[in-house]
Amino acid sequence: MGRYLIGRLGQSVVVLFLVSLIGFMILNLAPGGPLSQFALTPGMSQADIQRLAVQMGLDRPLIVQYIDWLGRLLRGDWGESFRDGRPVLAIIVEHLWATLLLMGTSMAISIVVGTLVGIAGAIRRYSIFDYLATVGAMVALSIPTFWFGLVAIYLFALKLAWLPAGNMITIGDGSVLDYLHHLVMPALVLALVNVAIWSRYMRSSTLDVLHQDFVRTARAKGLPRYRVLVHHIVRNALLPMITLGGLQLPTILGGALVAETVFTWPGMGRLFLDSIGYSDYPVVMGILMLSAIFVLLGNLLADLLVALADPRVRLA
Amino acid sequence: MTAPALIARELCVSFHKAGGSVQVIHDVCFEIAPGETLALVGESGSGKSVTSMALMRLLGKANRVSLSGQVLLPGASDGDFVDLLAVDDHAIRRLRGRRIAMIFQEPLTALNPVQRIGAQIAEAVRFHGGCSRRAARARALELLEQVGIPEPRSRLDSYPHELSGGMRQRVVIAIALAMEPEVLIADEPTTALDVTVQAQILALLKQLQRDNGMAMLFITHDFGVVSEVADRVAVMYAGRVVEEGAVGAVLERPLMPYTAGLLASVPKLELAGLPGAPLATIEGSVPDPARLPEGCSFHPRCREYRPGICDGAVPPLADLPGARRIRCARAGEWIASEESSHAD
Ligand SMILES: Nc1ncnc2c1ncn2[C@@H]1O[C@H](COP(=O)(O)OP(=O)(O)OP(=O)(O)O)[C@@H](O)[C@H]1O
Ligand SMILES: [Mg+2]
Repeated sequence: MGRYLIGRLGQSVVVLFLVSLIGFMILNLAPGGPLSQFALTPGMSQADIQRLAVQMGLDRPLIVQYIDWLGRLLRGDWGESFRDGRPVLAIIVEHLWATLLLMGTSMAISIVVGTLVGIAGAIRRYSIFDYLATVGAMVALSIPTFWFGLVAIYLFALKLAWLPAGNMITIGDGSVLDYLHHLVMPALVLALVNVAIWSRYMRSSTLDVLHQDFVRTARAKGLPRYRVLVHHIVRNALLPMITLGGLQLPTILGGALVAETVFTWPGMGRLFLDSIGYSDYPVVMGILMLSAIFVLLGNLLADLLVALADPRVRLA
Repeated sequence: MTAPALIARELCVSFHKAGGSVQVIHDVCFEIAPGETLALVGESGSGKSVTSMALMRLLGKANRVSLSGQVLLPGASDGDFVDLLAVDDHAIRRLRGRRIAMIFQEPLTALNPVQRIGAQIAEAVRFHGGCSRRAARARALELLEQVGIPEPRSRLDSYPHELSGGMRQRVVIAIALAMEPEVLIADEPTTALDVTVQAQILALLKQLQRDNGMAMLFITHDFGVVSEVADRVAVMYAGRVVEEGAVGAVLERPLMPYTAGLLASVPKLELAGLPGAPLATIEGSVPDPARLPEGCSFHPRCREYRPGICDGAVPPLADLPGARRIRCARAGEWIASEESSHAD
């Protein structure tokens, strides 16, 4: 167990290093850059810009800049925003929890609804319900999240005026109810695709288990139907879903970025896009690294959970 | 004669598919007395497993499978019967495991991989007995001892993958025995095991049967096993019983040519006492249930085939003296020659 964890963490460090290197290079090789906006500012001379570049350390070779950035990061210094000079970590943390709230809610919805729909579809295979769930999932999967978001805003915010069109709170309110009110639409829209994916996988996983010998053994014992379903079928069908949950994290992160933009949700996704717009590289790199850490930890957690849930799996 | 522990009457099974329905089991009839073992033999695909699953109504939903006939267990009073095919879903669940139980062919996959052995056995008790978790666990321990698992107390908390195939089959047997059923169906319980373990499991089943007085339906295609465990044997071909009788009589003097062919293809000839017959195989293979030949289903492969006699109507299962039955268009001839050989 200890050796396994050390191995996995070592792997993660390598992955994080590569992510940081590739991210840093791509970002800095892109045209524009943090200085280009000053070029348009009236009264800025070439010498002023040069001085700024020296001040920000941007005159040095790229590799030197990278090593400097990485060295600071390893010492826990995430750098300062180019935009307002505030510490990167503080800025990200301000936005982090909004994203976690949105992703957590939406993931909980997708897992619960997707699992139930998948099980029902499998045990009532080829029924009307199964047919509708299949078609529904195909539709949800083939239409992009932002389009659903816009339609939902049009329908529920503009036409029906049931829900706010965006943001996380009403200025001057900020009660729990107000949060929930703002959360409903983005969380559901973000959940839609994941419910579809999750229900399809759960359906096929349940079908795989349904005809296995041990289910027949359970029936032959004379167990009540729910007991066979819950303890024997679903219990086994959920095992592959844990790994799937880990693998889905990047997709959900990507979805959150879109949903936050559509619903002007003040989370990390919005911050990321804004920071790219401002060429605020320290913040962009900070978010990139944090997301990578999040995904790696998520997958590690999924693997640990699988080992916990399935006695046949041994961590090695 | 005591009342039978299990009666199957005109059991028929059809599967419904998109392309239409196929009848796989035709008019299967047999009785098993308490403490008696009936072996059900036949080539692969002859319908042994489908028959055994039909007895417990384990074949699936009504829209995919239809069952007809009767499967009778003794009822509340003398001469009264419960028909397993006629009772509702709740009632069949109350009977399964409690009065009629089953052991399966594949011990490696017959147990839930993520549930502890003890829990899997206790479960079989708890939902029938209405007893406490503690009592069910105590019973599980007792059963593990009974089926000869070493260190049963520590095995209670093992998972199936931690046990060998033979040990897992013992656990499956413990589950089946949990409620001391009157009828035990064993569908090739030793086929997947190696020879020494096979012998142990057979000995265990025989001993448990002696202790509990269960009736046993023992499915196999191994005549060596038949002669060892069974009192009577029923031979199946293409979903029908084609010959039935006491083990000694059938193995010594098979009347139906199919049975004779099966026996001749068994390497261990000593058991049948067939003098010097060359090791033979039956040409061809079991027909597709959707396209059974006219008349006797076996006639295209039969050495004794007579045009006009064998390919007309399906021959009935004829009763012979000595509780023997055969389904053959030429049954009369075999009986006659049998009698003349006795007269000699
Ligand atoms: N669910 C099903 N749907 C349609 N046909 C089936 C189904 N299950 C079994 N059959 C058919 O029923 C026939 C009998 O199968 P069965 O499994 O009872 O044979 P068996 O005698 O047990 O053979 P084996 O010795 O290989 O176990 C076969 O032709 C098989 O194709
Ligand atoms: Mg079989």
